[in-house]
Amino acid sequence: MNAWKEFTKGFWSENPIFRLVLGICPTLAVTTTAENGIGMGLASTFVLVCSNTVIAMIRNFIPKKIRIPAFIVIIATFVTIVDLVMEGYFFALHKSLGLFIPLIVVNCIILGRAEAFASKNGVFISMIDGIGMGFGFTISLVLIGAIREILGNGSIFNVPILGSSYLPLLLMILPPGAFIVLGILLGLMNKAEICLAERAGRTPLIRKEHDCANCTIHRAWFGLGGGGE
Amino acid sequence: MKEILRLCFVLTIIAAVSAGVLAFVNQQTEKPIGKSHLDEKMSAVRSVLPPFDNEPDRDTVKIKEDGAGTTLFYRGRKDGAITGVAFAAVAPNGYSGEIEIMIGVDTEGIVWGIEVLKHLETPGLGSKIETSDFRDQFKGKSLSDPEQWEVMKDGGVFKQITGATISSRAVTFAVAQSLEFFRKHSSRILEIEEPSKEADRVPVKEQKE
Repeated sequence: MNAWKEFTKGFWSENPIFRLVLGICPTLAVTTTAENGIGMGLASTFVLVCSNTVIAMIRNFIPKKIRIPAFIVIIATFVTIVDLVMEGYFFALHKSLGLFIPLIVVNCIILGRAEAFASKNGVFISMIDGIGMGFGFTISLVLIGAIREILGNGSIFNVPILGSSYLPLLLMILPPGAFIVLGILLGLMNKAEICLAERAGRTPLIRKEHDCANCTIHRAWFGLGGGGE
Repeated sequence: MKEILRLCFVLTIIAAVSAGVLAFVNQQTEKPIGKSHLDEKMSAVRSVLPPFDNEPDRDTVKIKEDGAGTTLFYRGRKDGAITGVAFAAVAPNGYSGEIEIMIGVDTEGIVWGIEVLKHLETPGLGSKIETSDFRDQFKGKSLSDPEQWEVMKDGGVFKQITGATISSRAVTFAVAQSLEFFRKHSSRILEIEEPSKEADRVPVKEQKE
């Protein structure tokens, strides 16, 4: 097993947000500031690593038919632990993120990794997968959050950078801004991938023409032998 | 049938283990969580009260109003005389849910400060009610001119937060209502002698207006 490859795939080739397009609900909801992006990303990373590890540990014990409810129970347990510990010991962080913590339960990327990876692989490699995916998720959230914060509030990490003469583009902080930034970044990432692949002479991870049967999500969920019931 | 039983058994075990783990974590974090909430509340009380030298959390009075529940007033004293009180109020009409604030007033009903305790407003927009730029506008204001207790957009004197007029309006109304509530009960709030401590009786100025 190539642990390094499993670690780095979360950053580019299988980036949860820009490649797999999973976990979009919290992505759109929390990325009003770069700071929120970091908090949400790290909390999700913690849950992802823990749930991946535990699920890989007991993957042979869980019957296939009830694997989804079993995964959800395990994920919800870790989310509640994060919520309680954060409220008890990191109260300031909990105040700004508390609203979004319960959202981690329904974050598709966590169930997605449990289903597509941890339930089929060893403990160590699943942990690496969780860390890589979690960091890829965090970096993506911070990127979107930073762009929205700069344009919508004239600041980054709560430090004003555009001066008081800058009239904030409020739309970027409001929900539509999340869709606009995400869409533009997705497009740019795809364009970059096509250019990079052409230069390197390999097949791009995405195709120029729209083809649902060959998208990454479809292959990850149905193509690799998972599901199929 | 046999398979169903096995599935039930496995799922029950997973759920039971999860419940056990959560019960343990809950037990461990119960005290720190309670302490964080209390600390937050008391630091809000301290920051909104006029100068005081007693312990406001030990000097409280409850006022019960029909249909509105009980409000707890924390009294600040200097040299035994009440300088002001702090109390929590709820703005029911925030942009998304209730906004809980802590208000400090002096004996004359003049605002010394407000703090936002809890809210669910949009991060980056409505959440700016927490900033001192917004909160400090209320300092020094009283009900002497009820007309001005509106945000500027509605013809009042309080500058609303750009893009979050609803949140600003909700807080402004909640402060105004709290002042009304304080004025109505001020004689009871200010006159009662300190219950727990020996404290010498000091005449308190009667509320007028």
